Amino acid sequence: MPVLDMLKTELREVNATLQSAAKAKGNEAYTIENPRGAHAMAVGLDGPISVTVKGSTGYYCAGMNKLATVHVTGSAGPGVAENMMSGEVIIEGDASQYAGATGHGGLLNIKGNASSRCGISMKGIDIVVHGNIGHMSAFMAQKGNLVVLGNAGDALGDSLYEARLFVRGAVKSLGADCVEKEMRPEHLEILRGLLERAGADAKPEEFRRYGSARNLYHFNIDHADAY
Amino acid sequence: MDKTPQTTPQTDPRQSWTFSREVNSEIRRAAATGIYDIRGGGAKRRVPHFDDLLFLGASMSRYPLEGYREKCDTSVVLGTRFAKKPIELKIPITIAGMSFGALSGNAKEALGRGATLSGTSTTTGDGGMTEEERGHSEKLVYQYLPSRYGMNPDDLRRADAIEVVVGQGAKPGGGGMLLGQKITERVAGMRDLPVGIDQRSACRHPDWTGPDDLEIKILELREITGWEKPIYVKIGGARPYYDTALAVKAGADVVVLDGMQGGTAATQDVFIEHVGQPTLACIRPAVQALQDLGMHREVQLVVSGGIRSGADVAKALALGADAVAIGTAALIALGDNDPKWEDEYQKLGTTAGAYDDWHEGRDPAGITTQDPALMARLDPIAAGRRLRNYLNVMTLECQTIARACGKSHVHNLEPEDLCALTMEAAAMAQVPLAGTNWWPGKGGF
Repeated sequence: MPVLDMLKTELREVNATLQSAAKAKGNEAYTIENPRGAHAMAVGLDGPISVTVKGSTGYYCAGMNKLATVHVTGSAGPGVAENMMSGEVIIEGDASQYAGATGHGGLLNIKGNASSRCGISMKGIDIVVHGNIGHMSAFMAQKGNLVVLGNAGDALGDSLYEARLFVRGAVKSLGADCVEKEMRPEHLEILRGLLERAGADAKPEEFRRYGSARNLYHFNIDHADAY
Repeated sequence: MDKTPQTTPQTDPRQSWTFSREVNSEIRRAAATGIYDIRGGGAKRRVPHFDDLLFLGASMSRYPLEGYREKCDTSVVLGTRFAKKPIELKIPITIAGMSFGALSGNAKEALGRGATLSGTSTTTGDGGMTEEERGHSEKLVYQYLPSRYGMNPDDLRRADAIEVVVGQGAKPGGGGMLLGQKITERVAGMRDLPVGIDQRSACRHPDWTGPDDLEIKILELREITGWEKPIYVKIGGARPYYDTALAVKAGADVVVLDGMQGGTAATQDVFIEHVGQPTLACIRPAVQALQDLGMHREVQLVVSGGIRSGADVAKALALGADAVAIGTAALIALGDNDPKWEDEYQKLGTTAGAYDDWHEGRDPAGITTQDPALMARLDPIAAGRRLRNYLNVMTLECQTIARACGKSHVHNLEPEDLCALTMEAAAMAQVPLAGTNWWPGKGGF
C-alpha cells in the first residue's frame, strides 16, 4: 500500500498523486501519514481509489469527491466532503461545521459528532452521524438523507426543501418550515439501508422523520413573520 | 360698471418633488399588494457615472497616434498571479455572469457566440454550466456561487477560469430568488429542486465565512483543478478598498468589482436603488488597495456596472482597471427591450427600454424567459453576431480615444488623461474638475 507522508510530501504532490491514481481507475489503496490538520486534502478525486488518512484533517477534506473512499481515522475540520458527488467518506472522530455541505451524492459517515450546519444545502448526499449534530443543520437542504443517531441542535432543517431528516434523539428546535412527518414503510426501508451501510447500531423504528411543510415554497407576504 | 367676468390667476398645479407621480404610484402599488417591488436590472436612479468624465486628448505635451494606422493594442491577460493557464483575451471587455434559468438557453448560446467571435470570455451564473454556453464559448468563466446549484468538479475542470462570487453590485449582501414561473423541468433538474417552486439563491456561502476561510476555499479549488485555472473573486461595490485588499489576501488572481448600476435577474427595487456604491466611486479605492499591496496589474481588476460604450471602457481602464464586464448592455445588443416588441411591452404594462420584470419569464424578446414560444424568438446565431458587432464597436471606440491620448495600448490610459464635469465625479474619480487642477480632497481640502 503506497504511503504518502506529509512530513516529507507537499500537499500539491499528495493531491496530484491521488488524483492521478483515481483517474487511472486502478482501485489502489493509499495511506496518508502525518496529515497534521492540513487543509484541502484528498480533494477532487475522481475514480475508485481508497485513501486512509491517519490522523486529523483541516478544512474541506475529500471536497468534491467522486467514486473514491476516503477514511479519516481522526477528526475532520470544516466542510468535510463538501459538494461530494459520489463515493464514501468516513470520519472516525468528530466533524466540524458544514460537514457534507451542498453534497450531491455518496455517503458521508461520521462516527462521532458533527458541528453546526451539518448538511447545509445538501443536494442528494446521504449523511449518517453516529453522535449529535449542531444548530442550523440541514439549512436549505434540498435532497438526500441526514440520519442522526444522537440529538440535533437548534433550528433543524430551517427552510428545508426535499431532503429527509431522521433523528433518533432529541431535537432542540425545528427551523422555519420544518415539521415532523409520518414515518412510512418506504422511509424505514431507506433508513435501514443507510444504517446498514454506515455500520450504525440502531433500529429504523427508533427514529423520527422530519421534512419540509412546503409552506415556503412560493413567496407569500403572509409568511414574512416566519423569518 | 364693467360686467366682464373676472378670472383669478391660478398657479399651475404643482407636483411635489418629494411625492412625485412615480413615488405616489409606488405607494399605491405597495398599498394594494402588500409586497415590495421586485425587478431585474441595476440602479435606475441618476448617479455620478463615466458620463461625468472627459478625456483631455493630446496637446503640446503629448502627441497622438494615427487612427487606423498606428497600433493600439487591446489584449489583456487575466490570472497571471498563480494560475498555470491565465486567460488571454483580445479585447478588454468580457461578458458578466448571468444564469441559465434567468436567461434562456438561446440567450446563453448567443452570449457565448458573440464573445467567442470577439475573442473574449463569457461567464456562467447561478444554476450551473449548460452545454449551450460551454459549447459556444471558447473561454468560459465558471461562477462559484453561494447556492452551488449545478456545481460539480467536472464542470469546474472544463472551465477556463473560476469566479468565486461574494457579492454583486445590484445587491451587495443579498441573495436572489428565481420565481417558480421560470423553473422548468430542465432548470429544476440542474438545481436539484422541484419544478415550479421559487428557488432561493443564498446570500452567503454555505461552507466559509470571511477572508481567512476564503483563502482555504481558494486553495481547495486550486487543488481540485491542478492550479491551472485563474481564480476570480467578484465583489459588489460596498467597501471597495477593504474588499479588494481582502480578496487579494485570500489569494485571488483577479478581482471583479461590480458597481450599483450592475444588473441582476431579480431583487427588491429598494435593494437595487439604496444599497451599494456607484461604479465610478468604487474604482479608485480598489486600485488604491492594489497599489498599496504592490499588486496593481499583478492581480487584475475587472470593473462592471453600467458599461455601455467604448468611452466607458476607456474611462474605466484609465482609472486603473485591466478590463470591464458587461451584462445589461450585452442583453440589449442581443435584442432585449427592443422597440420592435413595443405592442407586447404595452400589454405587460410597460414600454420598451423600461421592461424590467425579467423574473416573470414573459420577456417578449425571448431572452429572460424559459417559455419555449418566447425563447424561439431569439436566433442565437444572429444575436451572437449582434453582440460581436457591438463588442467590436466598443473596442474601436476605446482605441480611438486611446490613440487620441497617445497610447499604444489601452492599458496605458491613465487618470492624468481625464477631467471631471462635476464636483462629485471629480471626488470619486480623483481627477481634476474641468478647468482646474483640483479635486475634492486633494491637498486636504
